[in-house]
Amino acid sequence: MTADGPAFRLLPRLEPENEFFWTSGADGVLRFLRCAACRTYVHPPSPVCPECLSRDLAPEAVSGRATLVAHTLNVHGWIPGSEPYLIGLVAIDEQPDVRLTTNLVGVEPEDVTTGMALEVTFEPNDDVWLPLFRPADPS
Amino acid sequence: MTVEEPLERRAVISGIGQSAVGRHLGRTGLDLTAEACLAAVADAGLTRDDIDGLATYPGMGTGTPGFAGPTTPEVQDALRLRLNWHDGGGEGPGQMRALIAACLAVGAGLARHVLVYRTVTESTAQGAGGRQGIGGAGGGGGGVPRFSGFLQWTLPFGAVSAVNWIALVAQRRMHEFGLTREQLAQIALNGRRNAALNPQAVYRDPLDLDGYLAARMISTPLCLFDCDAPSDGSTAFVVSHRDYAPDAPRQACHVNAVGTALRGRPSWDQFDDMTTMAARDAGASMWERTDLTPADVDIAQLYDGFSILAMVWLEALGLCGRGESGPFVEDGRAIARDGVLPINTAGGQLSGGRLHGFGLIHEACVQLRGEGGERQVRRRGGGPPEVAAVSNGGGPIAGTLLLTRGQA
Repeated sequence: MTADGPAFRLLPRLEPENEFFWTSGADGVLRFLRCAACRTYVHPPSPVCPECLSRDLAPEAVSGRATLVAHTLNVHGWIPGSEPYLIGLVAIDEQPDVRLTTNLVGVEPEDVTTGMALEVTFEPNDDVWLPLFRPADPS
Repeated sequence: MTVEEPLERRAVISGIGQSAVGRHLGRTGLDLTAEACLAAVADAGLTRDDIDGLATYPGMGTGTPGFAGPTTPEVQDALRLRLNWHDGGGEGPGQMRALIAACLAVGAGLARHVLVYRTVTESTAQGAGGRQGIGGAGGGGGGVPRFSGFLQWTLPFGAVSAVNWIALVAQRRMHEFGLTREQLAQIALNGRRNAALNPQAVYRDPLDLDGYLAARMISTPLCLFDCDAPSDGSTAFVVSHRDYAPDAPRQACHVNAVGTALRGRPSWDQFDDMTTMAARDAGASMWERTDLTPADVDIAQLYDGFSILAMVWLEALGLCGRGESGPFVEDGRAIARDGVLPINTAGGQLSGGRLHGFGLIHEACVQLRGEGGERQVRRRGGGPPEVAAVSNGGGPIAGTLLLTRGQA
């Protein structure tokens, strides 16, 4: 059985720029910064839009749907007590050059295919909601 | 081609030196550094008093224990150097950024003879404990640090080691190009064959394809033999103005061009092309600075902290076509010492030891000088190689170097 992630989660430090992202899952919705001027999604969070250099950015909800770019099954016990877990690199549907490194859950390694459709699911840890991804519900 | 001569072409590597290299040597970084530096200075036919520049990667307080060697102030003071130029830092075109900076300093007249070193004591620092991920990922409990910057995007998901980030590159290459584990194995097997002829190499026992395929997985598709091992050792060079080359007691290795570009996003997971990352830009920018072409390269020392990186570099340097590194290395013949393009002739990092890029530069010089002994590569006609390409780095970190035996 493949685990949802390592036995112990190292967590991000919440700071003014990243807090919205790491707490976004509290209501089950994934959000990224988006430029009000040119509508580009910006990730990781930044005070300036890298496309048009506008500073008018605000968090905006996305569908939570993504496509799998690449994956690996981590086997080595970097974190004691861990069972093998899947690490995925996913591209969000709204703007595929925005990617997240994440864990793939609800799927076994042999069923993972590059390009598969995924959807977000959140795992709360302390004051952080980690966005993990599972195979998308076809409906 | 550029109209003006690249500044780095005024530089030569006039001397090379290496400390003892091994696992768990139990010596301090400064001790190993002194050994390598004094050897390089003597090799260049110089004395301590001739050295007026000093450079290292990565400098102060960087990385996990044993990753950063002594700082330039520590080495300057230990050797009581009187410097006109000095530089240490971790941001730049790969680990060889220190060597590139030295070339530019020499070209600009800021210094005449620059000592450049890279020292690791990662093996001793680990002691008997297992290898740790970046961030020192350990058990839970109170006082566990939280992470900012890039690491916040990977560590929460257990992507705690560069092997996880690089495994994604390897898997993506399997998807896009049909790369196989048997092809990947050839990088490791080639390194091990060459390491058998390198007395300094850390792993010299024979390794065959069955042994490779039977090894335990670390992060699929990368197994134990796809990963280099923490080592102890120091490598040093003297970078001099080319005016000194005729007076150097050994064959000076001329710097023909360096590659420093980073045109994609500087990120392990946001870079536009996951199959190349920064190697693409560093490789291309080097060829923009020279009339030499990939067809002129006699040997290549390609960064193989993970096997897949050497394959990425084969393509990024134009030594084979894009996506074609798998078939190129397929039976191991092309990259062997008697192949069309010998690579990693001292064992690379996989078997030679994780000297973090500098061991590869050292071996390029050894080969151009014709001092490789049993593992010396001969061109058709019997002479040593004339042109060597060297690469450092993986992911968003990349630098390249083109060395020639004489002045090209």
